[in-house]
Amino acid sequence: MAMKFSKKNFTDRTKENISDDFMRQAVASAQERLHGRRLDAAEELGSWEEWRSHGEEIRQHVLENLDFYLHQLSENVAERGGHVFFAKTAEEASDYVRDVIKKKDGKKVVKSKSMVTEEINLNAVLEEAGCEVIETDLGEYILQVDDHDPPSHIVAPALHKNREQIREVFEKKLDYHKTSKPEELALHAREKLRQEFLDADIGITGCNFAIAETGSISLVTNEGNARLVSALPKTQITVMGMERVVPSFEEFEVLVSLLTRSAVGQKLTSYVTALTGTRDEGDVDGPEEFHLVIVDNGRSEILGTEFQSVLQCIRCAACVNVCPVYRHIGGHSYGSIYSGPIGAVLSPLLGGYDDFKELPFASTLCGACTDACPVKIPLHELLHTHRRIIVEEEGRSPISERLAMKAFGIGAASNPLYSMGSKVASTAMKPLTKNDRISKGPGPLKDWTDLREFPAVGNTRFRDWFYDQKGGK
Amino acid sequence: MGGTIQNRDAFLATIATQLGREPKMKVEKPIWKHQPQRTVLADASLDELLGVLRVQCEQIHTDIVETTKESLPVALDEVVKAYGGGPLSLWKDGRFGEYGLSDLLETKWPSEQIEVNSWDPSLGEKNIELAEQANIGITFSDMTLAESGTVVLFSSADKGRSVSLLPTHYIALIPKSTLVPRITQASDMIREKLNNGEQVPSCINFITGPSNSADIEMNLVIGVHGPVKATYMVIEDC
Ligand code: SF4
Repeated sequence: MAMKFSKKNFTDRTKENISDDFMRQAVASAQERLHGRRLDAAEELGSWEEWRSHGEEIRQHVLENLDFYLHQLSENVAERGGHVFFAKTAEEASDYVRDVIKKKDGKKVVKSKSMVTEEINLNAVLEEAGCEVIETDLGEYILQVDDHDPPSHIVAPALHKNREQIREVFEKKLDYHKTSKPEELALHAREKLRQEFLDADIGITGCNFAIAETGSISLVTNEGNARLVSALPKTQITVMGMERVVPSFEEFEVLVSLLTRSAVGQKLTSYVTALTGTRDEGDVDGPEEFHLVIVDNGRSEILGTEFQSVLQCIRCAACVNVCPVYRHIGGHSYGSIYSGPIGAVLSPLLGGYDDFKELPFASTLCGACTDACPVKIPLHELLHTHRRIIVEEEGRSPISERLAMKAFGIGAASNPLYSMGSKVASTAMKPLTKNDRISKGPGPLKDWTDLREFPAVGNTRFRDWFYDQKGGK
Repeated sequence: MGGTIQNRDAFLATIATQLGREPKMKVEKPIWKHQPQRTVLADASLDELLGVLRVQCEQIHTDIVETTKESLPVALDEVVKAYGGGPLSLWKDGRFGEYGLSDLLETKWPSEQIEVNSWDPSLGEKNIELAEQANIGITFSDMTLAESGTVVLFSSADKGRSVSLLPTHYIALIPKSTLVPRITQASDMIREKLNNGEQVPSCINFITGPSNSADIEMNLVIGVHGPVKATYMVIEDC
C-alpha cells in the first residue's frame, strides 16, 4: 500500500468512519488504555520532562548532523559485511529490494512490521514480481489476510477490527474453526506463520533505530516476529527512513526507553534486538547476506525548513492516542498510512498538499499531541504552520478554506471538540484572523456541520474523557 | 568480506545542502544536557535490584525462582518438569558446568529420556531444527536489567539466537551478580567493549518475558511467535 490508500475524499472517508460504531468504540477504548499505560509508565520513570528533553536534544543533534551519522552508519554496516543502498525515491528503494530478491531467486518473503515499506509500496512491487509476501506482525497479518485492509493506527494497525470480524476473516481465508477468543486466534496465527518463517528465503524488516557507531539496526517488538524474520531466512533486507539513526548505544537506549513507554506503556517491550551486519563466522542462525536500504523519499526536503522537527519522530503513536479528532474520526479517515497528529503533519510533507491538504485541518489544535510527544515535536504548531501555508501561500482549494474558516467558527462556538483546549483560542486563531479571507467570517460551512450531525461520540462522554486525562488524576 | 555502498555521495550532499552547509566529515557528540537515565536506581544494592526485578516479573507475566548455586540443579529440574520436560535446547556454554549442572544435563536428564540438545556449530542448520522442536530453551543471562525485568543475551557461534526464540518455553538462568539497574548499564558495557577493541556480536537480544501481542481488540495475549511462557531463575552467586 502506498502512503495514500483511498481515492475517496476526506469528507467521504470521514463520514464513512464516523458511522462505524465499533470502530469508534475500539478507537476510544484503545486510546484510553494506551494513554493510561503511557501515563503510568511515564510517572514511574519520574522526571519525565527530563527524559523528553533528553530525547529532543538527541534527535535534534542527529538531524543537524544527519549526513555525518549516515556516513558513519554505512561505513560500519559495510565493514560487517552488509550492503548499503541509499534510495532517493520510493521507486528506487522498492526496485532495489526487488532486484536483490530476484538475484537470490527468492520466492517467499516474510516481513515484520514496517511503516516505511508501506510508504514505498514494497509489497505490491514484490508481488508483481511474483514473490509471496507474508506480513508476520499479528495485526498486519490480519489486515493482509483480509484482502489488504489498510492500517488504522501506526502501532496497532488492526485496531478498527473486533474479534468477531477477525474470526470471520480467519474462517473464510484460513479455514479456521475455533472461537473468537484472542488467545485462540493468536495461536492459529502462530501455527500458520511458524512454517512460513522456516520456509522463507528472504526476511524484510523495518528499523526502529540504526546505531551509527556500530553499524547496528534495531527492532523493537512484543511478538517476536521480527526476531524470526531476522534469524531464519538466509537473506535479510532492512528498510529504514533516513532520519532513524542515533550516534551510539548510549543514545539508543534512551530513545528505546522513550519509545516503549510512550507506545505501549512498557519499560521495554518483550524483544529489543540489535543486529549488526551478517551472521558472524561460525554462527548458525542469522542472515548470510544483509542489505540496508536507507530511504529519503521526500524527507530531505523537510530538513532545513520550519518542519524539520517532525523528523525527530520515533513513531510511538502517543500523539495519536491522545488526539480527540483521531478518536472521533478514526485512523482510516486520514487516508494515509500515517494517521493522527503525526500523520496530519507528515502526510502532506511526504505526499504533497494535493492529496493531503485537509489533514492539517483535522485537528482542534488543543495541543494534547505536543504534550504527549516524547521527543517534544511541537505538533500542533506544525499543523498550524501547514494551515497558514495552505491558506496564505498556496491560496488553495475551497474545501480547505471552508474547513479553515469553520475551525475558526467552531472555535468560537461551544462545540466541545473546539472549546476544550485552552490553547485553541490563543494559538489557533491569531494567524488565521490575520488573513482577510478568513476573518470575513464563516461562509457556507456545510462540510463540517454535516459531520457534527452524525450520531457522534456523546459530548458528555467525550468531555469526561478529556477531563480525566487532563485534570482528573 | 566488506559490503558495498551505493549512491551515498549524492544522497548525503543533498542533506548537507538542505541544511545549508558543506558535508560534515567530523562531528563531536555534545555532552548531553539532560541525563535522567543515570539516576534511575543509581544507588540500589544488589538485593534492592533483586526486589525491583521480583516486582517487575509480575508485570511481564514471568515466573521468578530464587535459588542458591547448590540447589540450582534441583530447582531447574523442577521447572523443566513443570513445563512438561524435554526436548530441551541449550546454549553451548561453560557456565552450565560452572554452576554445577553438568550432571543434570549429561546424566540425570538423559537417563529419564529427557532429550538435551546443546547448540553445536558443527551440526549447522540441524541446530535450528532441534530448537524448533524443543519444548524448552535454556540460556544464561549475560546481564540482567532490574528496572524492566530484562535478560541480555549476546549471540555467538555457540550461542544461537534460536534457543531463546523457537522453543515453546524459555528459562533464563540469572546469576545474581549480573543484575544492574537498567538498560543504561548494558549500553555502557557494550561501549566499553567497543573501546577495548572488541566488536559487538552480530545479535544482541534484550528479552523481557514471554512474547505477547495486544493486536486483537487491545487484549493482551501471552505467547505469539516467541515462547509462550518464561521463567527467570535467579542464582545467589555473591
Ligand atoms: S510525533 Fe511524537 S508522539 Fe507522535 S508518533 Fe512521533 S514521536 Fe510519537
